[in-house]
Order: sequence, then structure tokens, then C-alpha cells
Amino acid sequence: MLAFKLAYKNLVGAGLRTWLNVFVLSLSLVLIVMTWGILDGWNIQAKQDMKEWEAGGGEYWHELYDPLDPLSYNDGQGLIPPEIEKMYSSGEAVPVLVTQATVYPEGRMRNILLKGIDPSQEIVKMPTSLMKGDTSVINAIIGIRMAKATKLSENDRVTIRWRDANGTFDATEIRIAGIFHSNVATIDNNQIWLPLDRLQKMTSIQGHASYIILKQGILSAPTIPGWIHKGYDVLFADFEAVIKTKHIAGSIVFLILLSLALLAVFDTQVLSIFRREKEIGTYIALGMTRWQVVWLFTVEGAMHAILAFIAGAIWGTPLLYLLAKYGYSMPKGTEGYGFTMAEKIYPIYGAGTIIIMAVIIMAATTVVSYIPSRKIAKMKPTEALRGKV
Amino acid sequence: MDNSEIISVQNLTKRFPMGLSEFTALRGINLSFSRGEFSGVVGPSGSGKTTLLNIIGLLDNPTEGDAVILGNSSKKLSVKTAALLRRKHMGFIFQTYNLLPVYTVFENVEFPLLLLSMTTGERKKAVLQSLEWVGLSDKEKSKPAQLSGGECQRVAIARAMVKRPEIVLADEPTANLDADNSHHILKTMEKLNSELRTTFIFATHDEKVISYLRRKITLVDGKVSRDEVLKP
Repeated sequence: MLAFKLAYKNLVGAGLRTWLNVFVLSLSLVLIVMTWGILDGWNIQAKQDMKEWEAGGGEYWHELYDPLDPLSYNDGQGLIPPEIEKMYSSGEAVPVLVTQATVYPEGRMRNILLKGIDPSQEIVKMPTSLMKGDTSVINAIIGIRMAKATKLSENDRVTIRWRDANGTFDATEIRIAGIFHSNVATIDNNQIWLPLDRLQKMTSIQGHASYIILKQGILSAPTIPGWIHKGYDVLFADFEAVIKTKHIAGSIVFLILLSLALLAVFDTQVLSIFRREKEIGTYIALGMTRWQVVWLFTVEGAMHAILAFIAGAIWGTPLLYLLAKYGYSMPKGTEGYGFTMAEKIYPIYGAGTIIIMAVIIMAATTVVSYIPSRKIAKMKPTEALRGKV
Repeated sequence: MDNSEIISVQNLTKRFPMGLSEFTALRGINLSFSRGEFSGVVGPSGSGKTTLLNIIGLLDNPTEGDAVILGNSSKKLSVKTAALLRRKHMGFIFQTYNLLPVYTVFENVEFPLLLLSMTTGERKKAVLQSLEWVGLSDKEKSKPAQLSGGECQRVAIARAMVKRPEIVLADEPTANLDADNSHHILKTMEKLNSELRTTFIFATHDEKVISYLRRKITLVDGKVSRDEVLKP
């Protein structure tokens, strides 16, 4: 306790030097909490968006369907199994059919995916009901990214071309019945959504689907021959990988900042020991053991971290609070990145993150304070008293 | 009155390495000090005064011989036990005061008591009394930088005396002070010596200090050349 009391007095007495070190340490703490808060907020928001817009409560994929392999689309579809038909009828599942196609906006050609979904579904948030109505034309919906890429607007008509189950090319005109805004890029980029029955008819594969989206909250996922259940662990795997990479990048920035702060603390400790030889000699003459003095200087260095927590709390809490309240606006253009990201991310700060960071900073500061302080144990008090070490 | 021996130095030799050779600071010193002495080790620079004080203060070890302090042989003392002996039984006064710059006068004087784990109330009482002895009761909240040299040395005396040690070692305590301040400080120490029976040992070549000593030990080239009682 004595060491803490003395260390505090010495630190505060050191003035600006202390506060500069404390500020850099608090900066690294606040920035890492903020960065990880943004990533956690993004993670949670994005997963929620993905559940609401795309994944529902999980999916069944046809055993040959691979969304990353366009060549699998022809074979990766099959008759909707009776178990799913039952769930579909009761509104607990919705089938989706996927096929390759080409769209010709303003005479240009663009490869796309046609996805068929029931316009009456309520399992995902897409405004599929816009596809209902006038049956003399095929009503389609597209996402904002697709609309920008093709310069298509609502009520525009555009030609699409596809091959049916027999390999015969066919083409027709569709009407853009609606453009939806979603943070989930994977239901938007290069995709046109059509009514399922129309797409089945166009491709001559009645009753087929490529994958099935389950309603959120459906807990049981029975084994269905020819169909593979995909839980969130698989559906969010790519996104998790992105978040993990971002976490690593954020940690590297934190480590760089922390290293700078620790270097400053180390430097201060080394300088302190040289500059305060006489003081060290006095402590020993007054009856402190050498290891008590080593401990005092170590605590003094480590206390930078404690002051940094206090300083970080003073200036960081309002900043982090405002950020959590008003959100962090993502730069324009991020919607084209290809992964789920809201226009504004609301950081979520976990107590675990703060505690882990505090422990890391405290431990690292103690170590860098102890290393130079060990020198004191080897000092001769008579020489220290004369400032001749 | 208890005049028992509290310090005994036997055949004390201290050599320091100097490059490839050695410098002999003390050569076979034999001395003893009794409780309540007000004595000084005098001599020119380099005669070994400070080295002798450092060995008596257990801040340094003899190369040969022994120093027995309060019944403890320096040969057998661990670094930690030596620190505990200094903490409980010794006070130091240095030429350059060696006050802790970030502490107030009160805190500087309080410091040795913190090491003795005294209660806040006990510490406060002892510090205020010690400051009263040296006439600095009105400066308890000042920092050393706000004090004159004489005042700083009085704080150092108060710090040395606050725990009422048995031995006070003062190395050139008046070297940085003018005549008035020197006399003031010496009178203070003389008074504390007679009131508390504290043994004072000075290392000095200042005539003003010598004029207050009751025993003068003259060192020349690391040897005791004279050991005389000036005042009974």
C-alpha cells in the first residue's frame, strides 16, 4: 500500500511527463475499445440483417447446389421434398430457385442470377409482394446495388435471356416492380428476383428449388435425403472470416499504439532511474530495502496504466457513448464491398473486451516498468547517494 | 545515565578499486562510540570521513575488519537486515539535504515513519513535534524548492530525528549553509542530543561544526591521527 501511495505522489509530482505517457496509453485503450466495439456492433447488426433478409432460421440446400459454383446451378436443384412442402404450406419455409441468365440494360449485356421466390412469403424481409399484381408482365425486384450497376429504376422494362431445362435459350421482358434497400449484398449483387412459379415455368422445372429458407425460430432440422441443412455456422462463415480479419487488423493498430505507449513508459523509467539516483540512495538510507525501491519504481511505472484507465474513462466514455448513440457512418461506396454492412454501425462495447484490454495494458506496463527497475537492486547506495551510478 | 557502547569499529580497512589498482580509503581504524556522544570525524578531503560514516551507517561494507552497530556485526548482516536497522535506529543528514522533491515538508519528515508502519495519528504527532524542534511548524505544506538552504537542512534534521533514532550520522551538514544557518542547525542538533540522548556522529572539516563537538576524531590518509575529547 505504501508503494502505491508513494508511487502516486511521485507520478503526479512528475507532471507533464506522466500525463503524456498516460494520454498515449489511454488513447490506445479507448481506440481498441472503440474499434472492437464497432466490429462487434457491425457483427451483430450484420448477422441480424442476414437472418432477416437472407438466411432466415437456416437453409436447406440441394445436395449439388453450391452458390460459389455457377456450373452447379443446373444440377443443384430438385423437387421440393414433401417435408418442406408441408413447412412451405404452413409458412415455415420458402423455396428459392436459382438459375443463370443475362440481362440487357440499355442494350448492354450483363451476366446475372435469376432467383425465384414466392411473392407471398413473409420469411425474409425482401418486398416480394411487389411482384404480385399484373400478371401480363413478369414483375421483378432488384436491390439498390443491382439498380446502380444496371442503371435500372422502378417500372423500367428490361430484357432477360436464359436457358431452360432442355438447354433452349429463351428471352422475355420483365418489369422492375421495386428496388429494395438492404445491407445484405449477397441477395442484391447481380441478382433479379422473380416470382417462383414464373421462373419454374420459364425454366421448365416445375416444383423445383435450389435451396429452402426456413423461418427464424424453427428449431428442428430433420434430415431430408438429397438436401443438406445449413446452419448459421455455415451461412455466416464468410462474414465471420471478414470480421475476424478486421479484428486482427484492429489488434495490430492497438499493438502499435500500445507499443508506442510502452516505449514511452520504458523510456521514462530508464530516465527516472538515472535522474533519480540520489533519491534512490535516499530511500535506501532511510531504511527501504533495495527490492522495496524496485517495487516502488515498478508500481510507479505500472500506475501509468491505472491513470490511463481513469483518463480513458474521463475522455473516452463520452466519446464512446456518443458513438454508440449516433452510430458510426460508413463511408460512401461500402455497399459495393460485397459483404453485409449497414450505412451506420452502432458500436457495442463488451465488458469482457474492456477488462481484457485493461489487463493486457496493466500487465505490459508492469513488465516494462519492472525491467529497468531491476537495475536498482544492483546499485550501491553510497554511489547512488552521490548520483554516481 | 546509560553510556554504553553502541558502535564499535575494529581494524577497519576499506579499499576501492581504481582501474587496475586499488585506493585505500581506511587503514585499520579502531574506534568506539557511546550512547549520547556528540562527536565528529574531521580531516581533509579524501581522508576517509564519508567512507567511515557509510560503513557505520551500514550503507557500505568494510574490506577488512568489522563494524559492530548496536550489537550487530556488519560482517553477518544481510542487506535486508541492514536496511531494517537503518529504518529503526538510524537517521542520516546529508550535505545536499537529499529531500524528496515532490513531497511537502510534512511528507518528507513523515517518510521514515511510513516505513515503520505507524498509524496516521502517531505519525502526525511525531512529525509536528519534529518540525517544532527545528522551528519549521509554519512550513509543513511547503515543497523543498520553496525553502532556503538552511530550511532544507532543518527539514533533513527533522526527518532524521522524527523516529527518535539512537544514531544520527551527519555528513558535512553545514557545507552548503551560511554561518548563521550553520549555528542555528548545530544548536538544534546539540539540543536534541542533550534532550533525546541521540548519538550524533559528524563527518566535517567545517570549523563551526568542530566548535560544537565534544569529541573530535581526526583522520589523515585513512588513519586515526588524533582522538580527543573537547568538552567533558
